[in-house]
Amino acid sequence: MFTYKRLLKASTLAACGVAMLVSTAQEQVKLGQTISEASLAEFDLIAEPGGMGFPPGSGTARQGRTIFESRCALCHGNNGEGNSAATVLVGGNMQSTDSPLRTVGSYWPYASTVFDFIRRAMPANAPKSLTDEETYQVAAYVLYLNGLVAEDEIMNAQSLPQVRMPNAEGFIDQSHIQ
Amino acid sequence: MTKSSKGQNKVLDLDRVAANGLLSRRHLLSAALGGAGLAMARPVIGQEPGIKLEIPAWSKTPGPGTSPYGSSSAHARLERQSGFGNPLYPGGGASRSPLQHLQGTITPNSLHFERHHAGIPAIDPAGHKLVIHGLVRQPLMFDYEDLLKYQMVSKIYFLECSGNSGALLYGGNPDGTAQSLHGLVSCAEWTGIPLSVLLEEAGVLPEARWIAAVGGDAASMGRSIPLDKAMDDSLLALFQNGEPVRPEQGYPIRLFNPGWEGNTSVKWLTQIKVTRNPLQFRDETSKYTDTLPDRSSLQFTFPMDVKSLITSPSGQMRVTQGGIYRVTGIAWSGAGSIRRVEVSADGGQTWGDALIESQQLDKALIRFSIPWRWDGAPAVLQSRATDSAGNVQPTRDAVIAAKGTINRYHNPCIQSWGVNTAGEVTNVYV
Ligand code: HEC
Repeated sequence: MFTYKRLLKASTLAACGVAMLVSTAQEQVKLGQTISEASLAEFDLIAEPGGMGFPPGSGTARQGRTIFESRCALCHGNNGEGNSAATVLVGGNMQSTDSPLRTVGSYWPYASTVFDFIRRAMPANAPKSLTDEETYQVAAYVLYLNGLVAEDEIMNAQSLPQVRMPNAEGFIDQSHIQ
Repeated sequence: MTKSSKGQNKVLDLDRVAANGLLSRRHLLSAALGGAGLAMARPVIGQEPGIKLEIPAWSKTPGPGTSPYGSSSAHARLERQSGFGNPLYPGGGASRSPLQHLQGTITPNSLHFERHHAGIPAIDPAGHKLVIHGLVRQPLMFDYEDLLKYQMVSKIYFLECSGNSGALLYGGNPDGTAQSLHGLVSCAEWTGIPLSVLLEEAGVLPEARWIAAVGGDAASMGRSIPLDKAMDDSLLALFQNGEPVRPEQGYPIRLFNPGWEGNTSVKWLTQIKVTRNPLQFRDETSKYTDTLPDRSSLQFTFPMDVKSLITSPSGQMRVTQGGIYRVTGIAWSGAGSIRRVEVSADGGQTWGDALIESQQLDKALIRFSIPWRWDGAPAVLQSRATDSAGNVQPTRDAVIAAKGTINRYHNPCIQSWGVNTAGEVTNVYV
């Protein structure tokens, strides 16, 4: 641990909370501007495993097929087969004798990550260009291609995080080692 | 043989510290055989072949004057090894530091390795905000200009991608270099605000255990970090080796988690959400997880292991004549400081202690060296580091025995450089 931290902690307590223009050895500045959670609704893209942070809206795989073919297939193939190791979205079996192909279907522990990742990062050539509705539809399609949901199953803030992932029990948390 | 040549080249049995030519470090300190990289034995004093030194041309012509932003000598242009652009992975990829050409411990900013998932965002700091929210008493938003007014600390830390050296687990790559195999590690002085200061300003609630850190790039890359780390030594890095953090390193703000896998040090930091549980981002589930032979996968493997590497002589270099060489390299550990580096010239059968040439800072690169007498016989050069926690760098066999070959992250294994009778140095497995 750094020794300065003790110094800063002591001085944080001593500071009166008034924003200072410059810091001194005695007082830590506090220049954070207050903001409300509501004002972060568009900014915060985190969709949590427990369902928090999922936006309103819904979609089915049947609706997602067209979007996938027009917006995703260029890099991921029409059926999610991909065009490189990094872009395979379908298949694999963690118990195969060979080195297993690890995809959304075979490897990912949480369905929430499918929505979260597509919303923040895909399509890679135009990230954040899908509406929330389209994101639900195309996420449903990726789950459908992996046989994890039915073609007409409605994916929304409640149902999508509940989708059972085959490798959900496959991970060992190492975060206690720091 | 003249008297002086005898004095220079004679090696007493006493001076041998390990088999196949490894010598006591006295030979580098006293015998004046050093010099960067592959030093050759010097001509014998008094017997230089007819040299007549003249004043060179550059000493007769005034050169160009000052410049706004300096650059390296045209005779010493070092480069990162970067991949080719891929339109199907826009802005994605990695570049590697030229480890075999660097000395000391600090990586120049232009040569620090990179890994981007969606390219480098063109951020105007005037429009960039850092938000801290979630399980806090008061959500806060910070302007870059305001962050510059906080007290800062400066620390020298290595940064290593957890995919570094992963290729060694597959085998192959006989023509690999220090750069191509291990160039996803760099070291810099990082200056910034302890994250704990801003978290305390927002007031972390008692039930909080994790933070989610999200970048402002086109991938909005996110990682979950345990709150304990965030309150311990995580930095909001604003400066790197004295200048504002480079765009490819996260300008204007980079989260920096000392000793931890590089991907957790989220670049272009714009959001910190304090939470109860990890968020399960793609880059901590689909990627950066280690699948074991029994098909279970380790998640949140944060500290980088103790590791070292000989950077000279290394892959694709050549030792051209018999003599004493300065074998040098770097070592680091995410668990503390480096205590010891040993070197072997016979593929790990016998080991000699190397000299540690630099400061031994916590979670920073150190530089080591050892003199080695090459007599033209084949050799396998290896280095093995021990850290302040007592961890010893494992062999490749030990890593594969423990974690198998499905996994390609977090490989700290000992590197073997083979030297053949022609003096060619290649990546080998022993
Ligand atoms: C221009 C090419 C491109 C397009 C178009 C594209 N992707 Fe991707 N996608 C990628 C690349 C490249 C990666 C790997 C990114 C990385 O590793 O940083 C990826 C990764 C993914 C992943 C994570 C895969 C894994 O196992 O980690 C998902 C899911 C995904 N894309 C879904 C989509 C969806 C849905 C669309 C359409 C809305 C889409 N992508 C459009 C290139 C593309």
